[in-house]
Amino acid sequence: MSSREDILGRIRARLGRNPDNAASARAAIDSYLGAPDQGPQPRIAGDRVAHFREKSEAQSSTVEEVLTPAALAPAVARYLARHELPRQAVCWPEFSGLGWREAGLDVESRGVLGTDLVGITGCFCAVAETGSLMLCSGPETPAALSLLPETHIAIVPAARIVSRMEEAWRLARAELPELPRALNFISGPSRTGDIEQTIVLGAHGPYRVHIIILRGH
Amino acid sequence: MHFKARAGQKLADVVLQENLRKAKSKFVDMRARAIAELDDFEATREAAKVLRDRTLDDLDLWLERFELEATRRGATVLWAKDGAEVCQRVVDIARRHGVKKVTKSKSMLSEEAGLNQALEDAGIQPVETDLGEYILQINDNEPPSHIIAPVFHKRKEEVSALFARVHKLAAKTDIEAMTREAREVLRPHFLSADMGISGGNFLVAETGSVALVTNEGNGRMVTTLPRVHVVVTGIEKVIPTLEDLATLMRLLPRSATGQSISNYFSLLTGVKHAEDQDGPAHMYFVLVDSGRADLVGGEFAEMLRCIRCGACMNHCPVYQAVGGHAYGWVYPGPMGSILTPLFAGIENAVDLPQAATLCNQCGVVCPVKIPLPDLLRRLREKQVEQRLRPTAERLALTAWAWLARHPALYALATRIGVRYLKWLAGGEDRIRVLGLAPEWTLGRDFPAPEGKTFRELYAQKH
Repeated sequence: MSSREDILGRIRARLGRNPDNAASARAAIDSYLGAPDQGPQPRIAGDRVAHFREKSEAQSSTVEEVLTPAALAPAVARYLARHELPRQAVCWPEFSGLGWREAGLDVESRGVLGTDLVGITGCFCAVAETGSLMLCSGPETPAALSLLPETHIAIVPAARIVSRMEEAWRLARAELPELPRALNFISGPSRTGDIEQTIVLGAHGPYRVHIIILRGH
Repeated sequence: MHFKARAGQKLADVVLQENLRKAKSKFVDMRARAIAELDDFEATREAAKVLRDRTLDDLDLWLERFELEATRRGATVLWAKDGAEVCQRVVDIARRHGVKKVTKSKSMLSEEAGLNQALEDAGIQPVETDLGEYILQINDNEPPSHIIAPVFHKRKEEVSALFARVHKLAAKTDIEAMTREAREVLRPHFLSADMGISGGNFLVAETGSVALVTNEGNGRMVTTLPRVHVVVTGIEKVIPTLEDLATLMRLLPRSATGQSISNYFSLLTGVKHAEDQDGPAHMYFVLVDSGRADLVGGEFAEMLRCIRCGACMNHCPVYQAVGGHAYGWVYPGPMGSILTPLFAGIENAVDLPQAATLCNQCGVVCPVKIPLPDLLRRLREKQVEQRLRPTAERLALTAWAWLARHPALYALATRIGVRYLKWLAGGEDRIRVLGLAPEWTLGRDFPAPEGKTFRELYAQKH
């Protein structure tokens, strides 16, 4: 007997499974999947964008807002200069035409290497409840770009900020033909508290996450 | 050596005691703050309990559904009855794909199975990448002392000396520099590993996905960069839907580390798509039984709801006093005192169910409402039924039970008893050495009785 049959067989025996109750339980599973329970939803008081910003900052991300796409590249340049970070970066292809050169930056749209220091991404959406970015992996949105560089800069259109994780799932179901290989919720820079429960930023992933909210877009 | 002997050593360990004291306030206070963010923590707990029971009540069918969806997305679902099969499956996968090096994010199941040893024996290099687990691995595979903070028991000086010795670099004094050093040592491993092994916090039946929670980002590394991804997780981890996942994600990080959400929370589904630049081309699930299936539908089934947050141990007065190593196996604290006997055999962990005060702190903080003290008590009952208690204890309780059923003799015996104890106290209000149980008075005095029993005093008054 295979391990699969052995394990499932013992579970079935313990649950008193028979063909009759299996059919009705399967029907119950189908109907639950069609109309799943929603757990209690925390209230998101006030402005969603403000809430997102507050929660992100609590997570040690930094946040700024710009009003037009044209303001993005200069905002990135200012951020990098302020933190004395390199002016070279890698970005998702959708941002390759943002006028980086004019802003004095050298931004390439290519596969990320372990040695790249700044990664610029967008997001699928963002969640106000926890200040999280939600990124989907894909040919144009590789997961490693938000992970390997020491600095992650994320561009978040204000209209893509939803209240809670449940709404993020709703958007994913509505807009994606199927789930991507990796769907990552990112809430601040990578961190560890393993040594003496002392929080240190930049464990294996980015040391810093800078979020630029694009208003009115 | 059993819990009692180990506990004595741990109580005398000055470094451990200081670390425990510091960590206790951090975990407990941070959790309290984090759950206050939820408008209705109790209702969220109840919802989590209901949704965990939903899959456990029909576990066979939910597992089949999960398997169907995961397979549809290109993953291979394998099953393992025990630790030996886990090792065999993982080594087989590694060989099939010509794997030389494996990066691992934390998996308690892999600890249960002793997977690292099996990989090494097969000539495959396992690299633990969670900072805590990495420290333990390079320290001669020391066991973890806490399920979410594996080096809870270590002082930074110990880590510093260990890094200097193993990395052959100048010793660092601050934690930030040590973390940076570990990052720089581990980065090349992330980039060069052929296979990544992760645990799974939850399996989502609706989508055939695994949900993975980490703070360091190592979970993302090992599931993004290598060409093979193996998930080793328990059969009880399956939950129905993404909505249910949202509910559990409100509880898990808050209960574990007091965070509103972990830094990284990944939902991984199937293999990479044809055009994707990263992600594994091969994905395997190893669904592990190791004693879980036999708990389904039984008197300990509620333990299967456990989401491994560690809140029960963080709040346990016994754990706070002795730390995780005293418990002797992978899982410490109240959940460990239940899981270890159930997974390893009641007869192999006789003193663990006694290693609790039954104060119910654990039951109160458990995010999925497991009645931990009730389960501990039930295990104690099993020990008595299976005659696993020490002979002296069994004889004493048998004698007491007989006496208690004979009121006149009971009255006589207690009258003699209190007079003996009063005589033993020799005019003092305490007894320094208790004749019949000298161990009891090793660390404290026994209060001396007044010389008459309650029933005698009551009879005098009325």
